Amino acid sequence: MPIPIDRYLFLSLALFSIGVVGVLTRRNVIVMLMSIELILNAVNINLVAFSRYWGGVSGQIFAIFIITDAAAEAAVGLGIILAFFRNRETVLADEMDMMRW
Amino acid sequence: MNHVIPPSIQAYVLPVLYGVVVVALLPLLAGYIVLLERKVMADMQARLGPMRVGPHGLLQPIADALKLLIKEDIVPEKADRFLFWCAPVLSVTMALLAYAAIPFGPVFQIADLNVGLLFILAISSLGIYGIVLGGWASNSHYSLLGALRSAAQLVSYETAAGLALVSGLMLAGSLSMKDIVQAQYDQGVWFVFVVPVGFFIYLVGSIAETNRAPFDLPEAESELVAGYMTEYSGFRWALYFLGEYANMVVVAAIATTLFLGGWLRPFARYQDHLFGTSIELLDLLPTILFLAAAAYCFWLAPRQPVQIQKIVMALVGGLCLVLAAGMTGALFAPDAVRLGIHGAFWFLAKVFAYIYAFLWIRFTFPRYRFDQLMRLGWRFLIPLALVNVIVVGTTIVLQQNWEWRHPMLSAIVTTAIMLGVAAFLAREGSAPSEPAEVGEGN
Amino acid sequence: MNSLLFYFFSILAIASAILMVTRRNIVHGAVFLITTLLATAGIFLQLQAEFLFVVQIILYVGGIMVLFVFVIMLVNLDVSLHLVQFNRMKFVSTILAVVLAGHLFAAFWITRNSLNLGPRGEAMMQPRNTESVGQALFQNYMLPFEIASILLLVAMIGAVVMAKRKV
Repeated sequence: MPIPIDRYLFLSLALFSIGVVGVLTRRNVIVMLMSIELILNAVNINLVAFSRYWGGVSGQIFAIFIITDAAAEAAVGLGIILAFFRNRETVLADEMDMMRW
Repeated sequence: MNHVIPPSIQAYVLPVLYGVVVVALLPLLAGYIVLLERKVMADMQARLGPMRVGPHGLLQPIADALKLLIKEDIVPEKADRFLFWCAPVLSVTMALLAYAAIPFGPVFQIADLNVGLLFILAISSLGIYGIVLGGWASNSHYSLLGALRSAAQLVSYETAAGLALVSGLMLAGSLSMKDIVQAQYDQGVWFVFVVPVGFFIYLVGSIAETNRAPFDLPEAESELVAGYMTEYSGFRWALYFLGEYANMVVVAAIATTLFLGGWLRPFARYQDHLFGTSIELLDLLPTILFLAAAAYCFWLAPRQPVQIQKIVMALVGGLCLVLAAGMTGALFAPDAVRLGIHGAFWFLAKVFAYIYAFLWIRFTFPRYRFDQLMRLGWRFLIPLALVNVIVVGTTIVLQQNWEWRHPMLSAIVTTAIMLGVAAFLAREGSAPSEPAEVGEGN
Repeated sequence: MNSLLFYFFSILAIASAILMVTRRNIVHGAVFLITTLLATAGIFLQLQAEFLFVVQIILYVGGIMVLFVFVIMLVNLDVSLHLVQFNRMKFVSTILAVVLAGHLFAAFWITRNSLNLGPRGEAMMQPRNTESVGQALFQNYMLPFEIASILLLVAMIGAVVMAKRKV
């Protein structure tokens, strides 16, 4: 007996909201980036669940593209964090408030 | 075999049984591979190796295991306790998990996954965490540097090895390990003879993947005081070591399945029968090999200096005779038993040949410096692997869609093109004679 | 058995996610994100998306998270363990996130009976997932595939340029 689709949607919702809480409440920029990855994963679960229940493979293709984009975004975001850390010695979002000294 | 065992047992109990056998036997196997390595190293250096513990040093792994178990468990003062515990466990778990998809024969496989090859590749890429987290958790400079270098090396060579596997995969047409061996049976040729350059890239990549010499800078004693393993002692170090040698067997198993024909005997489709019986001539090869080994043992036995060594050598000879009888007896058994036992024999023989090549290479070549290592990976192996994929793909399309039916000519032309590209890239891949600045390079 | 596995993976995913956003030590947070991603891969395997299961492990856990762990090790200050971890907006943010989650939960709950798409979904499942994904990717979705490869090239160049030391 296959699992009804709403269970997967509730799981995806739970992960999404935990990710949103993480992005909005943490000071550390790296934890914010990790929470964004969590949000993307929640969306992936949603897509693949619908792909399974409608038949066809489009949802999984979209999920593959999301994973690819997440990789690119993580690389660029972490490069920005490294460059910023070298100049200002901080990774807390509260303290990143001046453009140029 | 499918009709003898009820499907419920076959689906659940058999895999669990195989899994238990693998997990129970693997530490013993890894220990004896260590002993084999020490004996082979000694032989290549014109000395004898471990001889004291047990006759010819055969009980050395058991003594080593006991020593490691009763050693004091030291945890550095500011180490991250959770990660310090977690890292060796992660390393060993990933090494053991990869055994779930490896076919030890047409019968002995824990799980025949549709994506078996990719699964093993994925699990190997998870092994990086055991190293990186272990180096971080030790809270020591040597560990962290060794861990970061080792992780960078693993990530670089994993790409090249994966691309080399893709070239073999295109010939097989499926990701399931069983189907890959079946494809080599159907095409009548081991894939190493069709894509030898792909096999070479995978060989080099797998040596770097398992942190073996000549790519063992991150854990060499003279360089970084054992790198990420510096602060681990006793049983934790034993787990890392076990993970490393289990990883070696996994990598050898992948190469055997994909390139060396898996559990097929040499000339698997040649069917010349023995004097009117139903036994094929080439199926007697294991028996002949074991009889030759037994004869060698019996010839050596009287020439041993010590009494106990004479007895043990005679016993080993007797064991070889028993195995020869077992191999011959299996020929008269029902099909599943015969295929299972002979398949397992050929698979293990090829895996050990690959591991012997690892040991041989270790004691032949000097160690690569870290910038030479990265240069070789990124500027020689990855471009070569990419061109390999393109050339093999083009050849396959020519054969299938445009009716080009000269397989040997294709293999020779492919290899010639690849050797040309390799000669061109070799000028890029060799490092300049003075070392580049580490870390600050532009 | 199927539902047992599903509940195991989902409880693992949710628990690891909660642990990840609350850890003081970022390296522990990264380890818990790895566990969450592995549980998500298990969910994909349960949905019979075999190729996505392996791609998730190779790319996400074996690639992106290694990148995260490297950068965390490079920017981890010992003093940051004793600073305040949550910002000044934490109560408002949490209430907002709960409201959003409640809204979506209400939407899913009201429509839960019309979501069972039943036999059509079962009948159309392809037996060889990797092959059908490969065919769809290279026949129907070729343009997004090429665009994604250019995106990765741009991201690679951008990351290298940004992380270089200006000598």
